[in-house]
Amino acid sequence: MIETDILIIGAGPTGLFAVFEAGLLQLKCHLIDALPQAGGQCSEIYPKKPIYDIPGFPEVLAGDLVDNLMEQIKPFEPGFTLGERAQTIDTLEDGTFVVTTNKGTKHHAPVVAIAGGLGSFEPRKPPLDNLKRYEDNGLAYIIKDPEVYRNKKVVIAGGGDSALDWSIFLTDVASEVTLVHRRNEFRGALDSVEKVQQLKNQGKINLITPAEVTALHGAEKLEGISISKTANAQEDILLETDSFIPLFGLSPKLGPIADWGLDIERNAIKVNTFDYQTNVPGIYAIGDVNTYPGKLKLILCGFHEATLMCQSAYQRIHPDKKYVMKYTTVGGVTGFDGSKKEAPKAVVKAIE
Amino acid sequence: MTDIKIKITDREGVLHEVDAPTDMNMNLMEVVRSYELAPEGTIGICGGMAMCASCQCYVKSDHNLPEMSDDEDAMLAEAFNVQDNSRLGCQIHMTEDLNGLEVELAPES
Repeated sequence: MIETDILIIGAGPTGLFAVFEAGLLQLKCHLIDALPQAGGQCSEIYPKKPIYDIPGFPEVLAGDLVDNLMEQIKPFEPGFTLGERAQTIDTLEDGTFVVTTNKGTKHHAPVVAIAGGLGSFEPRKPPLDNLKRYEDNGLAYIIKDPEVYRNKKVVIAGGGDSALDWSIFLTDVASEVTLVHRRNEFRGALDSVEKVQQLKNQGKINLITPAEVTALHGAEKLEGISISKTANAQEDILLETDSFIPLFGLSPKLGPIADWGLDIERNAIKVNTFDYQTNVPGIYAIGDVNTYPGKLKLILCGFHEATLMCQSAYQRIHPDKKYVMKYTTVGGVTGFDGSKKEAPKAVVKAIE
Repeated sequence: MTDIKIKITDREGVLHEVDAPTDMNMNLMEVVRSYELAPEGTIGICGGMAMCASCQCYVKSDHNLPEMSDDEDAMLAEAFNVQDNSRLGCQIHMTEDLNGLEVELAPES
C-alpha cells in the first residue's frame, strides 16, 4: 500500500503544480496517471506546440512547461504510479481513502485530488461488430508483450508512428506481418516510413493500402479478417490471421471516475469555488476535469485551483494546526530531500 | 460586425440554423460548442489543434472551403466514419464566404 498525504489522480500540469503547493505546506504527494509519462495532454498530444498564456512565459513549448514543472517539484519527491488507471475508490472508517488502479496497485491518503483533465487516455477502437468477443482473443489495442506474437500471423491497422514502428518491430517476431491503412501515405518519422518501404520490398511486410478492415471472423478466437480495398470494392480480401492490432491513437475518456459517486455535469466533476471540493468531503477536483459557474479550461486556472485546494487539504489533514500562507521569497523552499532554496540575505557591513 | 447563417445537423439528426460571427476568430467547432449542439467533452477535445477528430463533420453544401492542411488530412486518415466530404470543424474558420454553409456532425467516436 502506497501511503501519502494528497493522492493526485492525473499527472498533467495542474496535478504536477499541486505537488509544489502541497510541498510548501509539508504535505507529501503521490500521482497516478494512465499514461506512461508525466505531463498529461501537454506531453501526449502537443509537446512541441507553443503556449502563450502561462503568466511570465511569453512563449513556452508544452513539453518544456512539463519539464520545468518536474524540475520545480523535484525537492518535494513526489511518487508516481504511471501507466495505470485509477479504477476504484473506497472510503475507510476514519474518512481516509484507498484508490486502487486497474493493475491492483493500492494507494492510501486522507485527501484525493482529481486532476484528471479530460479523463484517461484510452485506445480508440474502430467501429467494427463483435469487437468485445475478440478482445484478448486475438484482438488487442496496445502491445504489452511482443512475445505473444512470436510465430503468429499479425495484422496491424493504422497510419501513424505506432503502426509503423510496431510493424517494423514485429517482422522479427511474427511469422507474417500485414499493415493495413486507409491511405497510401503514412504519417510518421521519415526513418520509420523508409524502413517499412524497405521491408515491404523485401516481402517482410505485406502492405495493403488504401484499405480498411471491415469485419472480424472466428468462432472462439480471431481467425480472420475482411479487408476492403477503398479504391476497388471487387478486390475485397479475406485474410487468415491470429491477431489484429488496430493502432488508431488515444482518446480521453472520463472513465471509472464517473462511477465514484461524484456530482457530474457535462462530462466534468462539479466543485465549489471555495476550495474546489466535490460533493464528497476530502475529494477535490482541479483543472480541466472540474466544472463550476464561469469555469475556463486553462492551465493557469488549474494552477490557481491547485493552490487553493492544497490550503483546504492542509486544514483537513491538520485541523488543529495554526498556519498562515508564507511567500516563497520570504520562507524559501525547503525540500523533503534536504535541499533549501532561499533569497540571498543582505549583509549589514560598514563601508570604510 | 457581420454574422453569417449556418445550418448544422447535430448527432441526433436535429437541424439547427445558427448565426455565427465572422469577427471573433471562431471556427466551426467553436460555433457548435457555443450553441451547445454537442455535449461538452464530446467535441473539440484537443482544443482545435486538428489532433483528435472529435469535431469531424460532413459538408453538405458546395462552399469553397479552405484547403486541408497536412495535419487535418492525416487526422482524417486515422479517424472513423470518414466520408469524402469529411472535414474537421476546428479547421474551418468563419468567414463571410461561408454564409449558408450546411454541415452535419459526424458520430461521436
